[in-house]
Amino acid sequence: MSAPVDIRAGAGSSLREFLHGLPGVDQVGAEARAAMLASRSIKTTAKQWALDMAISMIDLTTLEGQDTPGKVRAICAKAKRPDPADPTAPQVAAVCVYPDLAHLAAAEVKGTGIHVASVATAFPSGRTSVEVKLADAKYAIEAGADEVDMVIDRGAFLAGDYQLVYDEIAAVREVVEDAAHLKVILETGELVTLDNVRRASWLAMLAGADFIKTSTGKVSPAATLPVTLVMLEAVRDFRATHGRQVGVKPAGGIRTAKDAIRYLVLVNETAGEDWLDPDWFRIGASSLLNDLLMQRTKLATGRYSGPDYFTLD
Amino acid sequence: MGKFEYAPAPESRSIVSLRESYGLFINGEFASSADGRAFKTISPATEEVLAEVAEAGPVDVDRAVAAARRAYERTWSVLPAKERGKYLFRIARIIQERSRELAVLESLDNGKPIRESRDVDIPLVAAHFFYHAGWADKLEYAGYGPAPRPLGVAGQVIPWNFPLLMLAWKIAPALACGNTVVLKPAETTPLTALTFAEICQQADLPPGVVNILTGAGDTGKALVTHPGIDKVAFTGSTEVGKEIARECAPTRKKVTLELGGKAANIVFEDAPVDQAVEGIVNGIFFNQGHVCCAGSRLLVQESVYEQVLASLQRRLATLRLGDPLDKNTDVGAINSAAQLARIRELSEVGEAEGAQRWSPPCELPVKGFWFPPTVFTGVSQAHRIAREEIFGPVLSVLTFRTPAEAVEKANNTPYGLSAGVWSDKGSRILWMASRLRAGVVWANTFNKFDPSSPFGGYKESGYGREGGRHGLEAYLDV
Amino acid sequence: MSDTVLSPGDAPPGRLAVRKTYKLYIGGAFPRSESGRSYVVTDHKGGFLANAALASRKDARDAVVAARKAFAGWSAATAYNRGQVLYRVAELLEGRRAQFTAEVRAAEGLGARQAEAVVDAAIDRWVWYAGWADKIAQVRGASNPVAGPFFNFSLPEPTGVVAVIAPEASSLLGFVSVVAPAVVTGNTVVVLASERYPLPAVSLTEVLATSDVPGGVINVLTGRTAEVAPWLASHMDVNAIDLTGAPDSLADDLAVAAAENLKRVLRPAVEDGAAEDWTQPPGLKRMLAYLETKTVWHPTGT
Repeated sequence: MSAPVDIRAGAGSSLREFLHGLPGVDQVGAEARAAMLASRSIKTTAKQWALDMAISMIDLTTLEGQDTPGKVRAICAKAKRPDPADPTAPQVAAVCVYPDLAHLAAAEVKGTGIHVASVATAFPSGRTSVEVKLADAKYAIEAGADEVDMVIDRGAFLAGDYQLVYDEIAAVREVVEDAAHLKVILETGELVTLDNVRRASWLAMLAGADFIKTSTGKVSPAATLPVTLVMLEAVRDFRATHGRQVGVKPAGGIRTAKDAIRYLVLVNETAGEDWLDPDWFRIGASSLLNDLLMQRTKLATGRYSGPDYFTLD
Repeated sequence: MGKFEYAPAPESRSIVSLRESYGLFINGEFASSADGRAFKTISPATEEVLAEVAEAGPVDVDRAVAAARRAYERTWSVLPAKERGKYLFRIARIIQERSRELAVLESLDNGKPIRESRDVDIPLVAAHFFYHAGWADKLEYAGYGPAPRPLGVAGQVIPWNFPLLMLAWKIAPALACGNTVVLKPAETTPLTALTFAEICQQADLPPGVVNILTGAGDTGKALVTHPGIDKVAFTGSTEVGKEIARECAPTRKKVTLELGGKAANIVFEDAPVDQAVEGIVNGIFFNQGHVCCAGSRLLVQESVYEQVLASLQRRLATLRLGDPLDKNTDVGAINSAAQLARIRELSEVGEAEGAQRWSPPCELPVKGFWFPPTVFTGVSQAHRIAREEIFGPVLSVLTFRTPAEAVEKANNTPYGLSAGVWSDKGSRILWMASRLRAGVVWANTFNKFDPSSPFGGYKESGYGREGGRHGLEAYLDV
Repeated sequence: MSDTVLSPGDAPPGRLAVRKTYKLYIGGAFPRSESGRSYVVTDHKGGFLANAALASRKDARDAVVAARKAFAGWSAATAYNRGQVLYRVAELLEGRRAQFTAEVRAAEGLGARQAEAVVDAAIDRWVWYAGWADKIAQVRGASNPVAGPFFNFSLPEPTGVVAVIAPEASSLLGFVSVVAPAVVTGNTVVVLASERYPLPAVSLTEVLATSDVPGGVINVLTGRTAEVAPWLASHMDVNAIDLTGAPDSLADDLAVAAAENLKRVLRPAVEDGAAEDWTQPPGLKRMLAYLETKTVWHPTGT
């Protein structure tokens, strides 16, 4: 990729040409690279560092139809103090909720430095009018979210209407302005091919995303190492050609500390250590936190721990 | 200090119990050499002595060949084929059972990273024995006629770069086809071969079917020129391969040779760039570049030269060089002082000839034999580093403009072992593959091996194939 | 040859035969040896048959150049096309059965029926090999079931320029049996015909020149085996050599010389002195000897 392509001129075909002109991704090769990095052995001091870093990168998430104020209060408490028995455990990066509970979450974490991420734009499907999606985003901001996780229109993407997808992201960007940072969920499980993941990543970044995020967590497969690899390559290359750093958030399906550490290795050896920071890399998860805490405890005490010693939420 | 420092993650050595000294394995037993000569094998990473190993002399070669002949005539060629197969299956299983031990031993003796010996070498070793075990009683379907016969006794000489894997490539097909063998491992890497001998004992393999003679060049020469063998199989340098071809010319011995290479790894402008960069790195830095089929010449299309080189240099900065037994090591030690000297010499030639030399920042341990991953740019066909096999982690970068030019440059060498092609266009891949004069063409991948996939060279990279149905021919009287 | 030696007092013969000049066949043309030399070829009784060209090392060099030039086109032709070309040669041979029978009789001293049988076998052998062109890849190729997401296939490819020392004793059948298997798969050849019985081979080149065989695919030299063979064996642009027609001691030296560029060497299976039985089914050995196996890997993914 040479000079940045100005595709905001609106000609849909030059956006298509740009995206289709990106280098392809060989699936087998990408999977092999991800698997090789997953075989790194992270022990002792490295593991300690990684566990703490992973905790500090978590967007502690609850996105269920049955979420109640009580549930949201509980996860906010957990976010602030993940391990009641160990005050040295770091805080998480953010809590992630539906917009109608964002107000409550914001109140609960006020003053702690923990961010409030709200999903928006008819999460998770994104299937409604543009007007409704923008209203949804506005609502999230007014409720006090300082991060907005929007979904792209996957149908439009797969139908080749890249301009529509771009315009929607740009419009949300405008609504969000400086009030929040914008994460764009690609829903890679529905895009399926790694070529599509690469294209969608670039499209989102060109349209103004602050973060690109893999999944809503409602579709399987959600985050995977190969998909995240491709996204990390994209943000790396985008910074090199456009001079702007964009963050990456894998979300969904990351359950164990071992998984989380693998993602950190991936970041370290793909985009590089500038991304090893909660400002540039997040992990969307819920049960992961307890596994990280258990591993942390084992390192500190030398004993394997059990679920009874960690709070459910 | 980087943000995320990987702490040492050593694989434990305790799984290996090294003996102080090892004998020759002849007729099912270990014994000292007839004249008592021995030599030491060291760890190239630390220069510590690992063990003392017997050095086989002419008397020992005689004994081993005689044992192999007896075993061939009385036992192995008489045994029903399916029984032969079952011995090989047993051996394959024991290799799997002892795989961690073998991997650690290989890394200690050879210097290669444990990740490679654990994840690549040893699994392939087991796979080769499994694959060939199944052929033993199916030779009539292999395309060589209704009743192909073995040759008799095979003398086999293997190199130090993939010690146990090269042993598997030689012994598995030889035994499957009904031959008996006398094998000489390389002098710097005898230990896994000697452990294999133990495995043969554990499998109750009839004495004399497999004989292992440790030693150096003289032992190898005595073996391949011995009048009592019917077949010579050699993997090593082209220079020695020619010598062997000359020595065996007046005889009736069947010869197969797997020699050197200077493979072109060709990257087109439409290559899947990130995977191509992995392929380049894998192609020349896997096993420290000690690979006959290494992609030691990068031919990159001129229109994407800057991007590919920048990506490559960025990627090389993440390579981890160090203790072979650390699970995170990517680049291990150079196998010997002699090999290190040769790599250094040719690198100096590269600079003298005007190519530009670059290595990522790399801390080399004090003891042991080490060479940082190195890239030479501004290389053209006329440079020695573009023609001569360096056999180390040194990449020469050249450019081309069109597919025809790429083919021409790739083929413009006396070697012809392997080639790589990176492009997203299927028709171009197949066009290139059909024109590249190389025994193995890797398209959008590199350094992939499988027991069912025939491997071997065109031209001065040798003749004959190892692996697959085609590889059986070397050990049958057809 | 309808020619008889006259003794004094004999009645003059009927019509004087127009004798054939036997030249080399290089690059599709019929040059004399650049050395200008020739040698006397006699029949089995020692009577004069013809002067054959006595090839020099430079003729051998030129023949290799012609063979190399023809290789790209011949090896890139479809297998079907090569099969058709070779079959046409058999058609023309069939038309000239009588001529070749006479040539073989005169050269080797065989009886009429024997000579006919030899010519028939030679034609049939040519036909047999022609039929292999588009099949050898299936018999010798493979799709290999590697343990990973890759498509992997092996195919046979011609090795390049093959030098052939044709059998001494079997001037037509033996000649055909060593040449056809090399060219059917796409190799090009430089053949050194039998030193003692070169003429049937040279007549065969007339058939080649009038068939569709491209110039340079088959090049035929006549001359002294011991003089010319070493130049072929040591030639660095020759990829393989068939030592069938070389006596054992010479063959040893040739094999050693061939090692310099690791030519693929084919040595006769039979012991010193014993002639190979060319009437036996040839099997695949002579085709496989000049085939390289190329294996290609490609990932299977989306």
